[in-house]
Amino acid sequence: MFKGMYNWIDERLDVTPMWRDIADHEVPEHVNPAHHFSAFVYCFGGLTFFITVIQILSGMFLTMYYVPDIINAYYSVDYLQHQVAFGGIVRGMHHWGASLVIVMMFLHTLRVFFTGSYKAPREMNWVVGMLIFFVMLGLGFTGYLLPWDDKAYYATKVGLEIAGSVPWIGGYIKELLNGGTIVGAQTLTRFFAIHVFFLPGVLLTLLAAHFFMIRKQGISGPL
Amino acid sequence: MDHNEQQENAHKPIKRNEMTRRQFLSYTLGGATAFMGMGAVLPMLRFAVDPLLQKKQAGAFVKVIEESKVTTEPQQVDFQVHQVDGWYESDPKMQAYIAKGDDGKVFALSPICKHLGCTISWSGEEAPNLYHCPCHGARYSKDGKNLKVAPKPLDEYQVKIDNGWVYLGPLEANTRV
Repeated sequence: MFKGMYNWIDERLDVTPMWRDIADHEVPEHVNPAHHFSAFVYCFGGLTFFITVIQILSGMFLTMYYVPDIINAYYSVDYLQHQVAFGGIVRGMHHWGASLVIVMMFLHTLRVFFTGSYKAPREMNWVVGMLIFFVMLGLGFTGYLLPWDDKAYYATKVGLEIAGSVPWIGGYIKELLNGGTIVGAQTLTRFFAIHVFFLPGVLLTLLAAHFFMIRKQGISGPL
Repeated sequence: MDHNEQQENAHKPIKRNEMTRRQFLSYTLGGATAFMGMGAVLPMLRFAVDPLLQKKQAGAFVKVIEESKVTTEPQQVDFQVHQVDGWYESDPKMQAYIAKGDDGKVFALSPICKHLGCTISWSGEEAPNLYHCPCHGARYSKDGKNLKVAPKPLDEYQVKIDNGWVYLGPLEANTRV
Protein backbone atom coordinates (compact mmCIF):
# COMPACT_ATOMS: atom_id res chain seq x y z
CA MET A 1 0.00 0.00 0.00
CA PHE A 2 2.79 2.42 0.98
CA LYS A 3 4.69 1.43 -2.12
CA GLY A 4 1.64 2.29 -4.22
CA MET A 5 1.20 5.63 -2.48
CA TYR A 6 4.88 6.43 -2.88
CA ASN A 7 4.81 5.54 -6.57
CA TRP A 8 1.71 7.67 -7.11
CA ILE A 9 3.42 10.71 -5.59
CA ASP A 10 6.73 9.92 -7.28
CA GLU A 11 5.12 9.77 -10.74
CA ARG A 12 3.78 13.28 -10.24
CA LEU A 13 6.55 15.01 -8.28
CA ASP A 14 9.66 12.95 -9.06
CA VAL A 15 10.74 12.90 -5.40
CA THR A 16 13.23 10.04 -5.68
CA PRO A 17 16.18 12.24 -6.77
CA MET A 18 15.43 14.66 -3.89
CA TRP A 19 15.39 11.79 -1.43
CA ARG A 20 18.69 10.57 -2.89
CA ASP A 21 20.25 14.01 -2.42
CA ILE A 22 19.11 14.26 1.19
CA ALA A 23 19.57 10.81 2.63
CA ASP A 24 21.27 8.40 0.28
CA HIS A 25 24.98 9.02 0.59
CA GLU A 26 27.96 6.92 1.49
CA VAL A 27 29.36 6.98 4.99
CA PRO A 28 33.16 7.04 4.63
CA GLU A 29 34.97 4.22 6.37
CA HIS A 30 36.80 6.46 8.84
CA VAL A 31 33.51 7.78 10.28
CA ASN A 32 31.78 4.40 10.47
CA PRO A 33 31.89 2.92 13.98
CA ALA A 34 31.46 -0.54 12.44
CA HIS A 35 34.97 -0.21 10.98
CA HIS A 36 36.72 1.74 13.72
CA PHE A 37 34.89 1.86 17.02
CA SER A 38 36.56 5.17 17.88
CA ALA A 39 34.56 6.69 15.03
CA PHE A 40 31.62 7.03 17.45
CA VAL A 41 32.91 10.54 18.10
CA TYR A 42 31.43 11.42 14.70
CA CYS A 43 27.94 10.77 16.14
CA PHE A 44 27.83 13.78 18.42
CA GLY A 45 26.58 16.18 15.75
CA GLY A 46 23.69 13.89 14.89
CA LEU A 47 22.95 13.36 18.58
CA THR A 48 22.83 17.12 19.10
CA PHE A 49 20.29 17.36 16.30
CA PHE A 50 18.30 14.44 17.69
CA ILE A 51 18.03 16.11 21.10
CA THR A 52 17.16 19.41 19.41
CA VAL A 53 14.22 17.66 17.74
CA ILE A 54 13.12 16.34 21.15
CA GLN A 55 13.43 19.85 22.57
CA ILE A 56 11.24 21.29 19.81
CA LEU A 57 8.62 18.57 20.20
CA SER A 58 8.46 18.62 24.01
CA GLY A 59 8.49 22.43 23.97
CA MET A 60 5.52 22.48 21.58
CA PHE A 61 3.59 20.23 23.91
CA LEU A 62 4.54 22.24 27.02
CA THR A 63 3.04 25.41 25.52
CA MET A 64 -0.35 23.63 25.59
CA TYR A 65 -0.40 24.31 29.33
CA TYR A 66 2.14 27.04 30.00
CA VAL A 67 1.21 30.73 30.24
CA PRO A 68 3.88 33.47 30.19
CA ASP A 69 2.24 35.61 32.84
CA ILE A 70 3.68 36.57 36.23
CA ILE A 71 0.58 35.49 38.15
CA ASN A 72 -0.13 32.22 36.37
CA ALA A 73 3.24 31.06 35.00
CA TYR A 74 4.33 29.28 38.18
CA TYR A 75 0.89 27.75 38.75
CA SER A 76 0.61 26.55 35.17
CA VAL A 77 4.02 24.87 35.41
CA ASP A 78 3.07 23.38 38.78
CA TYR A 79 -0.18 22.13 37.25
CA LEU A 80 1.40 20.55 34.17
CA GLN A 81 4.15 18.99 36.28
CA HIS A 82 1.92 17.48 38.97
CA GLN A 83 -1.64 17.21 37.65
CA VAL A 84 -1.27 16.35 33.98
CA ALA A 85 -0.47 12.75 33.02
CA PHE A 86 3.20 12.38 31.99
CA GLY A 87 3.71 16.05 32.85
CA GLY A 88 6.85 15.25 34.79
CA ILE A 89 8.16 13.25 31.85
CA VAL A 90 7.43 15.82 29.16
CA ARG A 91 8.84 18.69 31.25
CA GLY A 92 11.70 16.40 32.27
CA MET A 93 12.56 15.79 28.61
CA HIS A 94 12.70 19.54 28.03
CA HIS A 95 14.57 20.22 31.27
CA TRP A 96 17.25 17.53 30.96
CA GLY A 97 17.36 17.79 27.18
CA ALA A 98 18.34 21.43 27.53
CA SER A 99 21.47 20.44 29.44
CA LEU A 100 22.14 17.45 27.23
CA VAL A 101 22.03 19.55 24.08
CA ILE A 102 24.81 21.73 25.48
CA VAL A 103 26.86 18.64 26.43
CA MET A 104 26.43 17.01 23.01
CA MET A 105 27.17 20.26 21.22
CA PHE A 106 30.34 20.68 23.28
CA LEU A 107 31.49 17.13 22.44
CA HIS A 108 30.68 17.74 18.77
CA THR A 109 32.76 20.93 18.88
CA LEU A 110 35.67 19.06 20.48
CA ARG A 111 35.52 16.39 17.77
CA VAL A 112 35.53 19.01 15.02
CA PHE A 113 38.39 20.82 16.71
CA PHE A 114 40.64 17.81 17.31
CA THR A 115 40.06 16.29 13.86
CA GLY A 116 40.87 19.70 12.33
CA SER A 117 37.58 19.59 10.45
CA TYR A 118 37.17 23.36 10.74
CA LYS A 119 40.03 23.94 8.28
CA ALA A 120 39.58 25.10 4.68
CA PRO A 121 37.22 24.73 2.91
CA ARG A 122 34.96 24.28 5.97
CA GLU A 123 35.66 27.54 7.86
CA MET A 124 32.17 28.89 7.19
CA ASN A 125 30.59 25.82 8.70
CA TRP A 126 32.68 26.33 11.86
CA VAL A 127 31.42 29.92 12.06
CA VAL A 128 27.81 28.85 11.56
CA GLY A 129 28.36 26.19 14.23
CA MET A 130 29.60 28.85 16.65
CA LEU A 131 26.49 30.94 15.92
CA ILE A 132 24.35 27.88 16.66
CA PHE A 133 26.26 27.51 19.94
CA PHE A 134 25.36 31.07 20.98
CA VAL A 135 21.72 30.64 19.91
CA MET A 136 21.56 27.49 22.07
CA LEU A 137 22.96 29.40 25.04
CA GLY A 138 20.33 32.09 24.39
CA LEU A 139 17.61 29.43 24.34
CA GLY A 140 18.90 28.06 27.63
CA PHE A 141 19.02 31.51 29.22
CA THR A 142 15.54 32.61 28.11
CA GLY A 143 13.97 29.25 28.92
CA TYR A 144 15.37 29.32 32.44
CA LEU A 145 13.14 32.27 33.42
CA LEU A 146 9.87 30.79 32.21
CA PRO A 147 8.84 28.70 35.29
CA TRP A 148 8.95 32.00 37.21
CA ASP A 149 10.22 30.51 40.46
CA ASP A 150 12.94 31.92 42.72
CA LYS A 151 15.76 30.20 40.88
CA ALA A 152 14.51 31.51 37.54
CA TYR A 153 14.05 35.02 38.87
CA TYR A 154 17.49 35.39 40.43
CA ALA A 155 19.28 33.63 37.57
CA THR A 156 17.73 36.14 35.20
CA LYS A 157 18.66 39.06 37.46
CA VAL A 158 22.25 37.86 37.45
CA GLY A 159 22.22 37.25 33.70
CA LEU A 160 20.89 40.71 33.03
CA GLU A 161 23.48 42.27 35.36
CA ILE A 162 26.15 40.53 33.29
CA ALA A 163 24.57 41.88 30.10
CA GLY A 164 24.53 45.29 31.75
CA SER A 165 28.27 45.14 32.38
CA VAL A 166 29.07 45.52 28.66
CA PRO A 167 30.97 48.81 28.26
CA TRP A 168 28.92 51.82 27.12
CA ILE A 169 25.91 49.99 25.66
CA GLY A 170 25.39 47.52 28.55
CA GLY A 171 22.64 49.58 30.13
CA TYR A 172 20.67 49.67 26.91
CA ILE A 173 21.03 45.93 26.29
CA LYS A 174 19.89 45.24 29.83
CA GLU A 175 16.85 47.46 29.56
CA LEU A 176 15.94 46.02 26.16
CA LEU A 177 16.08 42.43 27.44
CA ASN A 178 14.30 43.48 30.61
CA GLY A 179 11.53 45.24 28.74
CA GLY A 180 11.83 47.99 31.34
CA THR A 181 13.77 48.58 34.51
CA ILE A 182 12.70 45.60 36.60
CA VAL A 183 12.53 41.84 36.03
CA GLY A 184 8.77 41.58 35.80
CA ALA A 185 5.72 41.01 33.64
CA GLN A 186 7.31 42.43 30.51
CA THR A 187 10.53 40.50 31.01
CA LEU A 188 8.59 37.24 31.17
CA THR A 189 6.56 37.81 27.99
CA ARG A 190 9.68 39.05 26.22
CA PHE A 191 11.73 36.02 27.22
CA PHE A 192 8.87 33.73 26.22
CA ALA A 193 8.65 35.32 22.77
CA ILE A 194 12.42 35.10 22.30
CA HIS A 195 12.45 31.51 23.57
CA VAL A 196 9.65 30.11 21.40
CA PHE A 197 9.66 32.29 18.28
CA PHE A 198 12.77 34.35 17.63
CA LEU A 199 15.61 32.02 18.63
CA PRO A 200 14.03 28.81 17.23
CA GLY A 201 13.54 30.65 13.93
CA VAL A 202 17.19 31.69 13.88
CA LEU A 203 18.24 28.20 15.01
CA LEU A 204 16.38 26.40 12.21
CA THR A 205 17.84 28.76 9.61
CA LEU A 206 21.37 28.20 10.92
CA LEU A 207 20.84 24.42 11.10
CA ALA A 208 19.68 24.42 7.48
CA ALA A 209 22.87 26.25 6.50
CA HIS A 210 24.97 23.88 8.67
CA PHE A 211 23.46 20.78 7.03
CA PHE A 212 23.55 22.23 3.53
CA MET A 213 27.26 22.90 3.88
CA ILE A 214 28.11 19.47 5.26
CA ARG A 215 26.21 17.79 2.38
CA LYS A 216 27.85 20.08 -0.17
CA GLN A 217 31.39 19.73 1.19
CA GLY A 218 31.20 16.23 2.59
CA ILE A 219 32.69 14.90 5.80
CA SER A 220 36.33 15.86 6.31
CA GLY A 221 38.94 13.19 5.56
CA PRO A 222 40.66 10.89 8.06
CA LEU A 223 43.43 12.16 10.31
CA MET B 1 4.41 -41.86 1.10
CA ASP B 2 6.54 -44.85 0.20
CA HIS B 3 10.10 -45.53 1.14
CA ASN B 4 11.61 -44.19 -2.09
CA GLU B 5 9.89 -40.90 -1.81
CA GLN B 6 11.09 -40.50 1.74
CA GLN B 7 14.64 -41.03 0.58
CA GLU B 8 14.24 -38.39 -2.11
CA ASN B 9 12.83 -35.87 0.29
CA ALA B 10 15.76 -36.33 2.60
CA HIS B 11 18.12 -35.28 -0.17
CA LYS B 12 16.14 -32.27 -1.30
CA PRO B 13 17.56 -29.00 0.00
CA ILE B 14 15.43 -27.73 2.88
CA LYS B 15 13.06 -25.03 1.67
CA ARG B 16 12.95 -21.98 3.88
CA ASN B 17 11.57 -18.53 3.43
CA GLU B 18 14.90 -16.86 3.14
CA MET B 19 15.37 -13.53 4.83
CA THR B 20 18.33 -11.59 3.62
CA ARG B 21 20.73 -10.07 6.10
CA ARG B 22 19.72 -6.64 4.80
CA GLN B 23 16.03 -7.35 5.47
CA PHE B 24 16.79 -8.66 8.95
CA LEU B 25 18.84 -5.61 9.80
CA SER B 26 16.32 -3.13 8.46
CA TYR B 27 13.52 -4.84 10.41
CA THR B 28 15.43 -4.93 13.68
CA LEU B 29 16.89 -1.44 13.34
CA GLY B 30 13.55 -0.04 12.12
CA GLY B 31 11.72 -1.78 14.95
CA ALA B 32 14.16 -0.54 17.57
CA THR B 33 13.97 3.00 16.18
CA ALA B 34 10.18 2.92 16.15
CA PHE B 35 10.17 1.62 19.73
CA MET B 36 12.43 4.41 20.94
CA GLY B 37 10.50 6.98 18.92
CA MET B 38 7.26 5.83 20.53
CA GLY B 39 8.95 6.09 23.92
CA ALA B 40 9.50 9.77 23.27
CA VAL B 41 6.26 10.57 21.46
CA LEU B 42 3.64 8.62 23.43
CA PRO B 43 4.15 10.50 26.72
CA MET B 44 3.72 13.76 24.83
CA LEU B 45 0.50 12.57 23.20
CA ARG B 46 -0.90 11.35 26.52
CA PHE B 47 0.11 14.72 27.99
CA ALA B 48 -1.79 16.52 25.23
CA VAL B 49 -5.04 14.55 25.55
CA ASP B 50 -5.06 14.78 29.35
CA PRO B 51 -8.01 17.23 29.53
CA LEU B 52 -10.19 14.61 27.81
CA LEU B 53 -9.32 12.01 30.43
CA GLN B 54 -9.36 14.19 33.57
CA LYS B 55 -12.17 13.43 35.99
CA LYS B 56 -14.93 15.91 35.46
CA GLN B 57 -15.76 18.17 38.36
CA ALA B 58 -18.92 16.92 40.07
CA GLY B 59 -21.46 19.72 39.85
CA ALA B 60 -22.23 21.09 43.29
CA PHE B 61 -25.64 22.45 44.20
CA VAL B 62 -25.83 26.13 45.03
CA LYS B 63 -28.46 27.78 47.23
CA VAL B 64 -30.18 30.50 45.21
CA ILE B 65 -33.63 31.55 46.42
CA GLU B 66 -36.36 30.79 48.96
CA GLU B 67 -38.99 28.48 47.56
CA SER B 68 -41.79 30.76 48.74
CA LYS B 69 -40.47 33.59 46.55
CA VAL B 70 -40.69 31.55 43.34
CA THR B 71 -43.75 32.57 41.32
CA THR B 72 -45.33 31.38 38.10
CA GLU B 73 -43.66 34.36 36.43
CA PRO B 74 -40.00 33.51 35.60
CA GLN B 75 -37.55 35.65 37.54
CA GLN B 76 -33.86 36.07 37.03
CA VAL B 77 -31.55 34.85 39.78
CA ASP B 78 -27.79 35.33 39.87
CA PHE B 79 -25.55 32.94 41.72
CA GLN B 80 -21.92 31.90 41.88
CA VAL B 81 -20.37 28.50 41.31
CA HIS B 82 -16.86 27.49 42.24
CA GLN B 83 -14.96 26.53 39.10
CA VAL B 84 -11.56 24.88 38.84
CA ASP B 85 -10.04 25.47 35.41
CA GLY B 86 -6.62 23.83 35.38
CA TRP B 87 -4.41 26.02 37.58
CA TYR B 88 -7.04 28.78 37.74
CA GLU B 89 -9.84 28.73 40.28
CA SER B 90 -12.64 31.23 40.13
CA ASP B 91 -16.25 31.83 41.12
CA PRO B 92 -17.96 32.82 37.90
CA LYS B 93 -21.44 34.36 38.05
CA MET B 94 -24.22 32.23 36.64
CA GLN B 95 -27.73 33.18 35.75
CA ALA B 96 -30.96 31.28 35.77
CA TYR B 97 -34.62 32.02 35.15
CA ILE B 98 -36.55 30.34 37.88
CA ALA B 99 -40.31 29.79 37.93
CA LYS B 100 -43.13 27.52 39.03
CA GLY B 101 -44.53 25.50 36.17
CA ASP B 102 -48.19 24.77 35.47
CA ASP B 103 -47.62 21.45 37.24
CA GLY B 104 -46.60 23.39 40.36
CA LYS B 105 -42.98 22.25 40.21
CA VAL B 106 -40.08 24.68 40.49
CA PHE B 107 -37.77 24.70 37.49
CA ALA B 108 -34.82 26.82 36.39
CA LEU B 109 -33.74 27.53 32.83
CA SER B 110 -30.34 28.56 31.51
CA PRO B 111 -30.44 31.91 29.71
CA ILE B 112 -27.95 30.72 27.08
CA CYS B 113 -29.69 30.70 23.70
CA LYS B 114 -29.51 27.32 21.99
CA HIS B 115 -29.10 29.00 18.62
CA LEU B 116 -25.63 30.57 18.92
CA GLY B 117 -25.08 31.12 22.62
CA CYS B 118 -26.22 34.71 23.21
CA THR B 119 -28.01 35.56 26.46
CA ILE B 120 -31.79 35.62 26.33
CA SER B 121 -34.19 37.47 28.61
CA TRP B 122 -37.77 36.99 29.74
CA SER B 123 -40.63 38.97 28.29
CA GLY B 124 -40.53 42.60 27.15
CA GLU B 125 -42.20 44.71 24.51
CA GLU B 126 -41.02 42.64 21.58
CA ALA B 127 -42.03 39.30 22.97
CA PRO B 128 -44.52 39.47 25.82
CA ASN B 129 -44.50 36.35 28.00
CA LEU B 130 -41.79 34.68 25.93
CA TYR B 131 -38.02 34.38 26.20
CA HIS B 132 -36.36 36.29 23.42
CA CYS B 133 -32.83 36.48 22.16
CA PRO B 134 -31.51 39.88 21.01
CA CYS B 135 -29.04 38.43 18.51
CA HIS B 136 -31.17 36.61 15.92
CA GLY B 137 -34.68 36.87 17.36
CA ALA B 138 -35.03 33.38 18.80
CA ARG B 139 -38.16 32.85 20.94
CA TYR B 140 -38.86 30.32 23.68
CA SER B 141 -41.97 29.55 25.70
CA LYS B 142 -42.04 29.76 29.49
CA ASP B 143 -41.06 26.08 29.67
CA GLY B 144 -38.15 26.76 27.34
CA LYS B 145 -39.68 25.26 24.20
CA ASN B 146 -37.98 26.64 21.10
CA LEU B 147 -40.59 28.50 19.02
CA LYS B 148 -38.43 30.35 16.51
CA VAL B 149 -34.88 30.21 15.11
CA ALA B 150 -33.36 28.05 17.86
CA PRO B 151 -32.94 24.32 17.10
CA LYS B 152 -33.38 23.03 20.66
CA PRO B 153 -35.23 23.93 23.87
CA LEU B 154 -33.39 25.85 26.62
CA ASP B 155 -31.20 23.83 28.98
CA GLU B 156 -32.46 23.26 32.48
CA TYR B 157 -30.64 23.36 35.81
CA GLN B 158 -31.10 20.41 38.11
CA VAL B 159 -33.23 21.62 40.99
CA LYS B 160 -33.18 20.46 44.59
CA ILE B 161 -35.44 21.81 47.29
CA ASP B 162 -34.27 21.59 50.86
CA ASN B 163 -35.61 23.28 53.97
CA GLY B 164 -37.55 25.88 51.99
CA TRP B 165 -34.62 26.85 49.79
CA VAL B 166 -34.08 26.17 46.11
CA TYR B 167 -30.67 24.76 45.11
CA LEU B 168 -29.44 24.68 41.52
CA GLY B 169 -27.08 22.03 40.22
CA PRO B 170 -25.50 21.14 36.87
CA LEU B 171 -27.17 21.86 33.55
CA GLU B 172 -29.03 19.15 31.68
CA ALA B 173 -31.20 18.96 28.59
CA ASN B 174 -34.69 20.36 28.97
CA THR B 175 -37.07 17.85 30.57
CA ARG B 176 -40.25 19.91 30.36
CA VAL B 177 -40.91 20.00 26.63
